[in-house]
Amino acid sequence: MSVTNQVTETIAAVSTAMTNSGIGIVRISGNEALDVLSAMFRPAKKERKVKEIESHTVTYGHIYDGDTMIDEVLVIYMKGPHSYTAEDTVEIDCHGGVLVVKRVLETALKNGARPAEAGEFTKRAFLNGRLDLSQAEAVMELIDSKNEYARKNSLKQLKGSVSEKIGALRKTIIYEIAYIESALDDPEHISLDGYGDHLFDVVKKVKDEIDGLAASADNGRLLSEGIKTVILGKPNAGKSSVLNLLLGEERAIVTDVAGTTRDTLEEHLNLNGISLNLMDTAGIRNTEDIVEKIGVERALNHAEDADLILYVVDSSVALTAEDETIMDMIKDKQAIILLNKSDLAPVVDGAYLEERTKKQVISFSATREFGLSELSDAISGLFFSGSLAFNDEVYITGARQKNAFLKASDSLRQVLSSIEAGMPEDFYSIDLTDAYEALGSITGESVGEDLINEIFSKFCMGK
Amino acid sequence: MSDKVLREEYDVVVVGAGHAGCEAALACARLGLETIMFTVSVDSIALMPCNPNIGGSSKGHLVRELDALGGEMGKNIDKTFIQSKMLNQSKGPAVHSLRAQADKQNYTRQMRNTLENTDHLTIRQAEVSEIIVENGKLTGIKTVSGAEYSCKAAVLATGVYLRARCIFGNVSNPTGPNGLQAATHLTDSLKANGITMYRFKTGTPARVDKRSIDFSKMEEQFGDERIIPFSFTTDPESIQREQVSCWLTYTNEETHRIIRENLDRSPLFSGFIEGTGPRYCPSIEDKVVKFADKNRHQVFIEPEGEYTNEMYLGGMSSSLPEDVQYAMYRTVPGLEHVKIVRNAYAIEYDCIDARQLYPTLEFRKIEGLFSGGQFNGSSGYEEAAAQGLMAGINAARKAKGLEGIVLDRSQAYIGVLIDDLVTKESHEPYRMMTSRAEYRLLLRQDNADLRLSEIGHEIGLIDDERYEAVLRKKEEIGKEICRLEHTTVGGTEKVQKFLETHGSTLLKNGITLAELVKRPELSYEAVGEIDPDRPALSPQVCEQVDINLKYEGYIKRQENQVKQFKKLEGKKLPQELDYMQIKGLRKEAMQKLDQLKPVNIGQASRISGVSPADISVLLVYLEQLRAKTREEKKQTNQPV
Repeated sequence: MSVTNQVTETIAAVSTAMTNSGIGIVRISGNEALDVLSAMFRPAKKERKVKEIESHTVTYGHIYDGDTMIDEVLVIYMKGPHSYTAEDTVEIDCHGGVLVVKRVLETALKNGARPAEAGEFTKRAFLNGRLDLSQAEAVMELIDSKNEYARKNSLKQLKGSVSEKIGALRKTIIYEIAYIESALDDPEHISLDGYGDHLFDVVKKVKDEIDGLAASADNGRLLSEGIKTVILGKPNAGKSSVLNLLLGEERAIVTDVAGTTRDTLEEHLNLNGISLNLMDTAGIRNTEDIVEKIGVERALNHAEDADLILYVVDSSVALTAEDETIMDMIKDKQAIILLNKSDLAPVVDGAYLEERTKKQVISFSATREFGLSELSDAISGLFFSGSLAFNDEVYITGARQKNAFLKASDSLRQVLSSIEAGMPEDFYSIDLTDAYEALGSITGESVGEDLINEIFSKFCMGK
Repeated sequence: MSDKVLREEYDVVVVGAGHAGCEAALACARLGLETIMFTVSVDSIALMPCNPNIGGSSKGHLVRELDALGGEMGKNIDKTFIQSKMLNQSKGPAVHSLRAQADKQNYTRQMRNTLENTDHLTIRQAEVSEIIVENGKLTGIKTVSGAEYSCKAAVLATGVYLRARCIFGNVSNPTGPNGLQAATHLTDSLKANGITMYRFKTGTPARVDKRSIDFSKMEEQFGDERIIPFSFTTDPESIQREQVSCWLTYTNEETHRIIRENLDRSPLFSGFIEGTGPRYCPSIEDKVVKFADKNRHQVFIEPEGEYTNEMYLGGMSSSLPEDVQYAMYRTVPGLEHVKIVRNAYAIEYDCIDARQLYPTLEFRKIEGLFSGGQFNGSSGYEEAAAQGLMAGINAARKAKGLEGIVLDRSQAYIGVLIDDLVTKESHEPYRMMTSRAEYRLLLRQDNADLRLSEIGHEIGLIDDERYEAVLRKKEEIGKEICRLEHTTVGGTEKVQKFLETHGSTLLKNGITLAELVKRPELSYEAVGEIDPDRPALSPQVCEQVDINLKYEGYIKRQENQVKQFKKLEGKKLPQELDYMQIKGLRKEAMQKLDQLKPVNIGQASRISGVSPADISVLLVYLEQLRAKTREEKKQTNQPV
């Protein structure tokens, strides 16, 4: 996203927590808020026109994505400056649960709104003079921490394979832009004869790939969405067995050799409707093996930003200094302790662990498969008591990314139709650049000097 | 003894008489300020030491804009061109660009004539050696003879002359181009005043004797049939003339072999040359090394003038030794027996990091001191002239106590050029390119007068008569577009037949003429056939009507982007802001902002290393600052 549009575009977001509660509110703010609404909302009373809804009234009706009805909603319209952001604002009360709220938001995005950044409604309220100085300090803090979070997470959440793919697509696009631009700047050296046909094929291919990515954004294949759950413990405590048991398949290699898992394994699991993003990690111990050492470091890093830690303890051997380190680490986090291998003669005292960490301890055996239902109850308990929340940020990132894919795809569609209409080549590069920028906003890269560098490195120009 | 030096007083001093210096001096003098222009050689005024042409892609835009603001370059090339061509005619209107071959000597002579006959302008041959600064303010300059010239403002336009060194093979001459005297003293004075200097490099190909060329082995390159002038004030009829041809030939594997075998003798690769050269204007040895897979490169043979046999070998600039130059040139078809008149050479020179300048081209550290041209790290005659004009205008305004004028990126290529120079870190001479202009669909060469005449008029370089003509043109365009949008035609026999002959879809319902013009296969001109009520309009007005209708969608889109852009440009950043104290900025952004001290949020957003998140933080911080002053005001206003 370019900086230019940042402060003026109409934005939308889910403004309630994305938990499993029934009601959720989608908020839209900006000059075009009512336009966005009118493209997706049909009042129950047919004679009522969306554009004529009065400020500060409630309207009942349905949200439609094209001809598909999505939810039954109440809509509140607040004309600026009499709203939180001091801009025209629409709030849509949805009733159909998390997934439906998501779809309502997506429909708003499809109809011209942009996904709001973290803290952006508050930021706008402030920029429009709605908050006083002390509140302003708080806004700074908020933006600061949210930025930090977004910086840390937006890239991390993107699976490596996806960002590689985006990188490759961007490379293809910028090569073509650079080619066109070189030819425009140096028409006597570089010719564009027959270039349209070539470009058409290239763009078609790129667009297909982007459409594929946009589609897969829906079913969460791009993001590590869900509660980040890290399985932590000493080597050979049985962490991989726990993972396999939870997944119901042999995903991780299990041996009785300590240190088998040397890197992090990541799997998605739906446990009683709660989305978990499970990570098996290398066992924590002091090691001289370089590969294993890196694995241990990664494990600790993951544990650091985990939403939930499953600490697996081998109950058949005595606790060591490494266990103490882990216990210190999980003290301030959401964690559940699994007293694994409880079918063997226990050496470790569960009561001590509970006393030391104030965490729930569950007797468990991955090989005998007991303790599983207690574990899933414990996780559900944490979730529904609100101690564990579905990560909003992850979701926001997801929506933003999908939006960017759609934008890129639309720009490429425009290139294709410009080629078909026989428009001059310099128009292609306008839309190609838009697509390039949209993709870059996913991976956090801007255009900057990319183009100029590409032109000079790939094409021989000059007198 | 120090009392016995010459002392004079002027409003503005201009240092240098190249393309930047000429524009700066003319602008100041024409605005009524007593102006003195220094040059190391009066014979080298407006010299074209490299390529013999003006304009070209995006550079043609600069000349048109300069003309609309009241600059001289467009008029001067219209008087002195020997061939003219509108480039990119098969492409969109945004990238059409005019380029003319100049008679170099005549170009110089005509410009000198104009300068010599301008009131309030004094030309002086002398090397300026020092700037005089008191309390951060420029008060005058000194020449090597010790003479002092006091002034209210000065423009530095030293081009490639500061500590210049010309190099080929192992020969190194401490001169400017063509053996002209270099300026050796000023750099020290600038450094002593806290200015950071860079060392850049550029180069030029050999000039050869026309009689030694076999043109039968080359492709002839003609000018356009209908010549279009650069200046909006030049009557097209008055400049139609017979044109001189250029010639195209190619290097080959043999040329490249010779170059490769002698790379160890190239000062570029041996490390003898320390300056940074431009990537877009590489020497032939650079091209051969960097694009090793290309088996040939184009060579354009261009006349240096009408009354000389010297020809310019475009595409083959070099700093290889003399014998290698001979050998490689003689492998090129048509150049087998070529005789060199002047060797190709590379030139190194001192210039500044232009990020030390405000967008008005005034030094941040030294009030009243302005600079333009290659001294600012750009390259090209047109880039230099454009900066020279703006530096001159702003120096004049400074002397008059008026606020500076800054063109932004949405107004002109000149705005893009200067903003890039003063904002972005650059390690090579900067060249204008259309791809650098994000709103290039709006910044066309055909509408430069419509975009900029108002500003030129306000500055005082465009007279009332010329400005009123532009206003009339604008009105005619608007009226005609409106008429087309409100004139509907139906599917009459005549209309359907017209559409059929143009391969256009037949009408089922009525349609406006404007809609028809928008069809790719039609144009404003073509639609004239079924538009009996069309008023008689000039070709320039017709062109605008056609472009504005045809590309309306894209133009509207860019206009919307410009609106957003303007909002950020309008948010001023106080110069005394302490970025190191702003919480929430990332470290890199903090340092970059602190170093550059951008004038507004827009400029801040274009600094590499400043992210959108940092801009958010800045916006909030600014608002916070405003709220604080508001509250303080409230408190002081309260009665005790």
